[in-house]
Amino acid sequence: MNRTYELMFIVRPDMPEEEQDKLISTLETAVASSSGQVKSVERMGKRRLAYTVRKFHDGIYVLLTVDGGGGLIHELERRLRVTEPVIKFLTVRIDEEQKRLDKIKAIKDAKRKAAAPAPAAESAGEAPAATA
Amino acid sequence: MADETRTSESSSGGDRPDRGERRPSSRPGGPGGGREGGGPGGRKYFRRKKVCKFCVEKIEAINYKDIRLLAQFVAESGRIVPRRLTGVCTPHQRRLSLAIKQARNIALLPFAGRAA
Repeated sequence: MNRTYELMFIVRPDMPEEEQDKLISTLETAVASSSGQVKSVERMGKRRLAYTVRKFHDGIYVLLTVDGGGGLIHELERRLRVTEPVIKFLTVRIDEEQKRLDKIKAIKDAKRKAAAPAPAAESAGEAPAATA
Repeated sequence: MADETRTSESSSGGDRPDRGERRPSSRPGGPGGGREGGGPGGRKYFRRKKVCKFCVEKIEAINYKDIRLLAQFVAESGRIVPRRLTGVCTPHQRRLSLAIKQARNIALLPFAGRAA
């Protein structure tokens, strides 16, 4: 159960702070109960929507990063669907993408380390002379 | 007869590939690449070589959340600009178009019409 998902949802703009918190904590408990893990919650604030959704022109965006299985996402989406203030949501699976990015980064770091010994030897020789 | 008409100004755009062969001495442009040297102005044969913005700047991850980046590849009408106009390479274009579609679904970009 190592799938990482990014769940972004839009809440109607006239929702008060506490209700948002309540909603987020409900989702967090749902995640915890299915032995998942909430990586982060990011509130992106009120934004103008690119098109009208359920007669709203603005919305409050929330981004939730979760670790867990597919069943967990199924449950979260079900909850979001019935929650009235949530007007749109989108789930993206990001663990494969993360793996690819980490691989690229590893290759880059390996390349940099291979190139580093040559200039590092020179700079190590110069730096003590400069500072001393 | 055919040769005489050719040495006068090239009227049809289809003759352009021959220009490199016909006048080898005065052509500095090399074998067919690069600019057309102020020719008739059509962009039929070789545009100045557009490079893929993502390959040059080494942007690996194209996220649906950074709409400023995505909006550069979306036309005024909201449509995704084709690869031949932006010069993006194929794998990046595929990821880009996926990101744009995700952004459209979450109302960050419009499906049609000007981006607000």
